[in-house]
Parts: sequence; structure tokens; C-alpha cells
Amino acid sequence: MTQDPILTGRGLVKHYGRVTALDNCDFDLYPGEVLAVIGDNGAGKSSLIKAISGAVQLDAGEIRLEGKPIQFKSPLEARDAGIETVYQTLALSPALSIVDNMFVGREIVKQGPMGRYLRMLDHKKMEAMAREKLSDLGLMTIQNINQAVETLSGGQRQGVAVARAAAFGSKVIIMDEPTAALGVKESRRVLDLIADVKARGMPIVLISHNMPHVFEVADRIHVHRLGKRLCVIDPKAHSMNDAVALMTGAKTPDEAEAA
Amino acid sequence: MTQDSASQDYESSLARSDNNVASFARTHTPIQTIQHVLHGNPTLVPVIVLLVSIAVFGLVAGDRFFSAFNLTLIMQQVSIIGILAAAQTLIILSAGIDLSVAAIMVLMAVIAGKLSVDLGIPAPISVLIALAGGAAAGLMNGLLVTKAKLPPFITTLGTWSIFYALNLWLSGAQSIRSSDIDTAAPFLKFFGNVIEVGGARITFGVILMVLVFVVLWYMLNKTAWGRHVYAVGDDKEAAELAGIRTDRMLISVYALAGLVCAIAAWASIGRVGSISPQAFYEGNLQSITAVVIGGISLFGGRGSILGALFGALIVGVFQSGLRLAGVDVLWQVFAIGWLIIIAVAIDQWIRKVSA
Ligand SMILES: Nc1ncnc2c1ncn2[C@@H]1O[C@H](COP(=O)(O)OP(=O)(O)OP(=O)(O)O)[C@@H](O)[C@H]1O
Ligand SMILES: [Mg+2]
Repeated sequence: MTQDPILTGRGLVKHYGRVTALDNCDFDLYPGEVLAVIGDNGAGKSSLIKAISGAVQLDAGEIRLEGKPIQFKSPLEARDAGIETVYQTLALSPALSIVDNMFVGREIVKQGPMGRYLRMLDHKKMEAMAREKLSDLGLMTIQNINQAVETLSGGQRQGVAVARAAAFGSKVIIMDEPTAALGVKESRRVLDLIADVKARGMPIVLISHNMPHVFEVADRIHVHRLGKRLCVIDPKAHSMNDAVALMTGAKTPDEAEAA
Repeated sequence: MTQDSASQDYESSLARSDNNVASFARTHTPIQTIQHVLHGNPTLVPVIVLLVSIAVFGLVAGDRFFSAFNLTLIMQQVSIIGILAAAQTLIILSAGIDLSVAAIMVLMAVIAGKLSVDLGIPAPISVLIALAGGAAAGLMNGLLVTKAKLPPFITTLGTWSIFYALNLWLSGAQSIRSSDIDTAAPFLKFFGNVIEVGGARITFGVILMVLVFVVLWYMLNKTAWGRHVYAVGDDKEAAELAGIRTDRMLISVYALAGLVCAIAAWASIGRVGSISPQAFYEGNLQSITAVVIGGISLFGGRGSILGALFGALIVGVFQSGLRLAGVDVLWQVFAIGWLIIIAVAIDQWIRKVSA
């Protein structure tokens, strides 16, 4: 890693009332890498990525994208800057269709006067694109692309959210537990997709509790503990046991190095 | 790393896995099938209720009910509440509620009337001022809901009183007489014009109502703006994370609803003839009634705006049919009450489809 990081966070602080979710946390993401973020429940992983994606506002600290300080006031601004996020809660609208959800906020308008003057949506085109993205993920077990998201299974919903991020991300893709609800087969597709996206040269932040997944795809592992980065470990030099010991506090980073 | 290699193997059989779509034995009961169909087409219930009630009243009250004259009269009678219900639908789809729609309408009718009849301002200009005023009143609701973060119910309960008081103050609690409007500004009564075909009497106001619904239906279903209204009403937090500027969205919804109320104001002058500050005092609740009977969920994000049109027509058909069948007015009110409760119960039942 001789390159400069594409995304950095320094001294990030976030309080929710009296709860401290981020306590002077640092963060680095390098170009083209898959960075896994692991940590106990409540360690502050989701808070960290929400701060990066503009979904929550930091109390202190600085985030830089490609060296430039950024201060996203909303997820829309982060998205416009090329950062696409799969939230743990998925951020799908249950009553809207799969297509509507995939294109929400960046709908394609028809060519010609109907689009120009009457802002008519090009539903056919969006459907075709959505279908393509979902097949890439092997999610065509979905019978009808116009069905409401609330009629999908939990795993299918997660697939829709992942497909949306993968389809539109241009600089960084962040995934908060994208395989938590997925079956073996669908998880495999998401891991393959992560490899694909990485092959396109785009860096990915992957939050996961699934150690085999993390060790398979990650280039580096950011261990998050008590609201801050405890250490960054190399998955090739450490075992899953080490990682779990670190994130739960059973070992300190020095002990892990010594082992 | 020996424990890793053992865990690597569980996927090796995936290559031979079955790629078929998960398909389950069809164990849907007929009731569940109905539930699914209604979930996909929430307007179906009001359409069926409307057609059945027309048929039943046609049988009970005979030709007096089932005549071109009476059926078009019903449309005239529901036209103003119908337009207000269209405005109400916008708000309810966004998971809000607007108790001030009728108050905005009456205030704007009074403003247009005062400007033209008392001050002699040309009627088209008065109308434009009233339309702008309606949008401004809606904007005020929208800003209070989003920027001051007040619940829509409380906000519009407050603005209802405020607009009503302003209306009494401006009008001096006096009606503007129909004959005065005729001499000073007949343009204000534009929507009272009638097209007669056989026994049918279609007013411009009825045509306007249909147009308002068609335009709003287009906006809600064929434009990105409309999809965002549904998304915000469905789950505001998810919509925000998905990249919708939810506050801006809601402000535009309230402002547009206010504009539609002002359009209703213009139509109401044609329908009523005079401009009374006390008119349509129950219009707020009647518009909500039409929306609910139309199968639009009070929790936001579900239902079609056309449902509100059918809801308004159902109320009109019940009132007309029961009256012509010689039933006392109090039983009309009684029947509408049951319609509301049944409509909400059906909505709750349909929403269980995903559970
Ligand atoms: N909106 C909120 N309001 C109040 N407290 C919050 C909020 N969101 C998170 N927290 C608190 O902040 C801390 C960190 O939460 P966060 O969701 O970032 O954890 P996490 O590492 O993502 O956990 P998990 O693995 O369970 O997803 C927790 O103590 C949580 O209770
Ligand atoms: Mg989390």
C-alpha cells in the first residue's frame, strides 16, 4: 500500500445522547482494496459507515475523499460523490416495486417530448436494467420485477439492496452486513460480486460478522472495538481466532502480533 | 489456519445446485387469492362498491335514481369535495393528514371574491392571486411539518383555525351574493357552466374534477416525483437513506395540495353561486372520508388517487340513493359512518398480505 488512501477518517466522534458510538475513531480505505470491518454488536461499525455516507452527522473529526475534506449533509450528497451504501436496514420502500426501489432518486426519464416536458419515466428501460443487475446477482428467482418489495423474502430484499449499490457505485461501495440474511448460494453470489467490483478497481468496505466470508475476500481487516479502530490486521498473517480474540477483547493487538 | 480449510468445503456442491425458481405448492385459499389481488390493485374495492351501490339503488329507487340527470347531478354534488379529496390524497400518501383543506379553499374563495367584487380587480388576476395564496397556505403547512417538525395532525388542526379566522375577518362573516358576482366578475363562476346532453348535465366543475384527478394520477404514477411521494409516505427514513430529500419532497406535496384547494375554491364559486365564509365547514372531514373509502391507507404510501374519486362518488351515490329511497338523512350519515369503518378494516386486512 504505497498509494494514498482514497477515503480517510481522523478523530471521528459521534454521540447519541449519552451513548458514545464513535470515540476518536480513525479509518483508512486504499484504492482497489476490500476492507473488512469487524467488531462486536454495538461496537460502532454502522455508526462509522453512516458517518461516511452522510446518514448521520459527526460531532467531531474529519473525513477526506481523495484527499479533499468532505462533509456530507445527506446520503444523497455522498451518493452524488460516488459513494454507494447498502445499509444494515437496507433502506428499501416496502410498498414500492423492485424497479422503483432500485432507481429511486435516479429515475430514467423518457427520451423525446414526453420525457422532456412531462417528465415521464422510462419504465421499460429501468425494468431491463434492473433485470440485468439482478441476474448478475443470480437473483432472478424473483418472479416479477414489478412486485412490491414487501412481498419478497428477507434474503431477496437484501439482494435488491446489494444490486442497487453495485449498479450505481462509482468510487466506493460500502456494505453493512450484506450477507446476513442470505442463503449459502446467494452469499456466494454476493462474494463473487464483491470480487467483480474489486476487479473493476473499485474499493469496498465490507462489514460482516461472518469470519469465513471476511477472510475470503478482505485485503485488510479493520478491527473495531468500543467505538474506535483497535488495529488493522492482514488476513493472511492472522487466523480467524486471532480476529475474534481481538474484537472481543480477549487479546490485545500486541499479543496478536507476538502469536 | 487448519480450521479454515475444513470450513471451506460447504460450498463445493453449489456448482451442481438446482437453478430453478423457488416454487411452492399453491396452497392459497380463495380468500388469500382475493387478498393478494386486492393488495396489487387497491382501487378494486371502491370500484366494486361503487358499481354495486349504483345497481342496488337503481333497483330500489328506480328511474329517479338511475337517470342520466340524477347520475350527473351526483357528480356535480361531489365535485368540490372530490377536488379537496385529491388534495387530501397527496397529503395522506405522504403519511400525513390535512385538516385545513376546506379552510384553505373557503379562504381563497373569499379572497378572490373580495378582490374582484369589492376592489374591482379583474377576475383572472383575482383567481391567480387566490391560486398563489392556496399554494402559500399549503407551503406554510409543509414548512411547519418539516422544518418545525410538528405532527401534520396538530399543524393542520392549528392552521385550520387560523385560516378560518382569517376568512371570517376578511369577509366580515358576510356572504358575497351571487348577483354581485354576476355583475362584477362572472369569470369567477366559470366552472358553473353546463354542457347538456339529453338529460345529462355536466358542469365545467365536474370536468375540472376529472382533470385534476387525471393530472395528479399521472404525476403520482408516471413521474419520479410521484414515486418519491409514495417512498416518503411508506418509510421516510428509508427514503432519506436511499437519497430522497424528504423535507423538500414533503414541502412540495403540501404546497401542491394547497394549490389544488385553491382550484377547488374557484370551482366552488361556480357550484354554489355565492361565496359564503361558513360554507364547507365539514369539508375537511368529508375529504378524508372520500380518501379512506377510496382504499387509500391512512398510514401513507399505499393506494391510488383514483380511489379517492371513487370514494367521493360512493358517498354521493349513497346520499342520493338513500334520499330518493325516502330514507331519513340521519341514516345517510349512519351509512357513511359504517362505510368508513369497513374501508379501514379492509385496508388493514389487505396490508397483512406480506406478514
Ligand atoms: N439512532 C441511535 N440512537 C441512539 N443510539 C444509537 C443509535 N444508533 C446507534 N446507537 C448506539 O451506538 C452504538 C453503536 O451502534 P452501531 O449500530 O454503530 O453498532 P454496530 O457495530 O453496527 O453493531 P451491530 O453489529 O449490532 O450492527 C450502540 O451502543 C447503539 O446502541
Ligand atoms: Mg451495525
